[in-house]
Amino acid sequence: MQDNLKSSSYQQLEQKSKYTNMFLRWFLYFVLILFASYFIFPLYVMVVTSLKTMEEIRQGTLLSWPSGLNFDSWAVAWGGRGYGAGDTFLRPYFWNSIKMVVPAVFFSTLIGAMTGYVLTKWRFKGDSWVFLFLLFGCFIPFQAILLPMARTLGALGISNSIVGLVLVHTVYGIPFTTLFFRNYYVSVPTELVKAARIDGAGFFKIFFKILLPISAPIIVVTVIWQFTQIWNDFLFGSTFSFGEAAPIQVALNNMVLSSTSVKEYNVDMASAIIAGVPTLIVYVLAGKYFIRGLTSGAVKG
Amino acid sequence: MIKWPFLNLKLKIFIMFKWLEKNLPKIVMAPAVGLIGWFVYGFVLWTLYISFTNSKILPKYELWGFGQYEKLWASRKWLISVDNLLVFTALFLIFCIVIGIILAIFLDQKIRAEGVLRTIYLYPMALSFIVTGTAWKWILNPTLGIQKMFIDWGFENFTFDWLVNREMAIYTIVIAGVWQSAGFVMALFLAGLRSVEDEIVKAAKIDGAGLFTVYWRILLPMMRPVFFTSFVILIHISIKSYDLIVALTQGGPGISTTMPALFMTQAAFHKSQVGLSAASAMMMFMAVAAVIIPYLYSELRRENAR
Repeated sequence: MQDNLKSSSYQQLEQKSKYTNMFLRWFLYFVLILFASYFIFPLYVMVVTSLKTMEEIRQGTLLSWPSGLNFDSWAVAWGGRGYGAGDTFLRPYFWNSIKMVVPAVFFSTLIGAMTGYVLTKWRFKGDSWVFLFLLFGCFIPFQAILLPMARTLGALGISNSIVGLVLVHTVYGIPFTTLFFRNYYVSVPTELVKAARIDGAGFFKIFFKILLPISAPIIVVTVIWQFTQIWNDFLFGSTFSFGEAAPIQVALNNMVLSSTSVKEYNVDMASAIIAGVPTLIVYVLAGKYFIRGLTSGAVKG
Repeated sequence: MIKWPFLNLKLKIFIMFKWLEKNLPKIVMAPAVGLIGWFVYGFVLWTLYISFTNSKILPKYELWGFGQYEKLWASRKWLISVDNLLVFTALFLIFCIVIGIILAIFLDQKIRAEGVLRTIYLYPMALSFIVTGTAWKWILNPTLGIQKMFIDWGFENFTFDWLVNREMAIYTIVIAGVWQSAGFVMALFLAGLRSVEDEIVKAAKIDGAGLFTVYWRILLPMMRPVFFTSFVILIHISIKSYDLIVALTQGGPGISTTMPALFMTQAAFHKSQVGLSAASAMMMFMAVAAVIIPYLYSELRRENAR
């Protein structure tokens, strides 16, 4: 079929523009690589700075290569210097973030999967309004809920705790997880479900036997999305927690802003890398799913 | 006579069971609807109510009219926030979309190592604004950052002090914000371009259209929904932007880079102006709603038309 279209005049045209094409392609690669270096630049600077000593930082430039693989500032960023007061380091906050992310991702994904299942396979009158009702939650500026949320967490006795943050992230993740599962299940033929219903399969049996086995890709998309969002959150973390219950992004910001003695840029950069590495690893390993989350439905916040 | 109540109970259980079975889907959906109803809509209404009261440290519930909104729009800091937001949004939109489109079109030319390049353009989206803000703060600092790099390279009079310059600091936030989000626009446009059928492009080429014409006259106009989506999402990101400013400038120097989101949290949690902060939150809410509601409406209509 394609050969029909690729007529001789088309081939002639391609031949003629071969030289312009050569130039164009060089230009193309030049621009693409230029932008790639702009995007890579901060990451490069972070890594080399974290490997330098403060002496090297003062003498060299941003781009200069470190004299050796010196992981001292990484050790300081992760585990501190070993003296008591004022020695802040990321290790405990890293675990805080893990303890916060795992349950919050689990619960929000579970609720999203069930809701998406009902909205597509057990349709009822007004279900698209319910979807819209939930969907709008993706976009609300969280400033509009910060004040009552702070009071609610206080009333429940879980302010400044990881449990409180799990609740917050679960709730405000539901609109996204529902969106993902709903958009995925909408393309699963409803005939499958109808046939199973006639055979006497119930609500949960249909979910576990028919939908769940084909849900692997969307579960991966949702888990990666929620993991990245919650790990990277700063607004909720900084508003609803402080001190020892803080997640890693809040701790990183506090470390960088603390103006005790001399600014140690190498430790700052090592801290930033430590706080960024989990999501970066997930992105490199499963970038395809991450991008799908970003663009799927193109409704995101 | 003795058996009746027992049978009755059995019947009751049976009826209850049937009812449960019939309503199971709605029961399963109840947590999501209940939680969002309470924590999103209920909370927004609460904030709206508080914005009409004279609350200071603690919420008060006697109505006070539009006083907080009058105070808000008379506040110099709020006006600066809004001004900054407009400048930031305009530049953020333009640069993200232009860079995103250029990258998408160039990547669409059967480029070698496309996967690697795409990964590089998009990785900032996987990082938090606090992480990237920390990096940019270090890069842009005048003593040891970019300025020193150029001076060491021999440009002795080179100055780049935007980060600590009242007039220019807002543009450092634009630089970091565009760097973070341009890849996202690229991904949207690349997906859009890839969904166009090859035949359309081939037919145009046979008719003698050059590559430029193909994109400018045919493909980009077809991308109208992608433009729309990018606009809405970028505007919505910029209205909410908070983390990046905290990490990069904390609203400084002075209050020159403050933005509505920062204004709101500062009024609420540092200055005990709960009523005023609620009013500013509602202004943000309305701005987002004005962009999002038409978008959701058109998206849903398009889906129903399918």
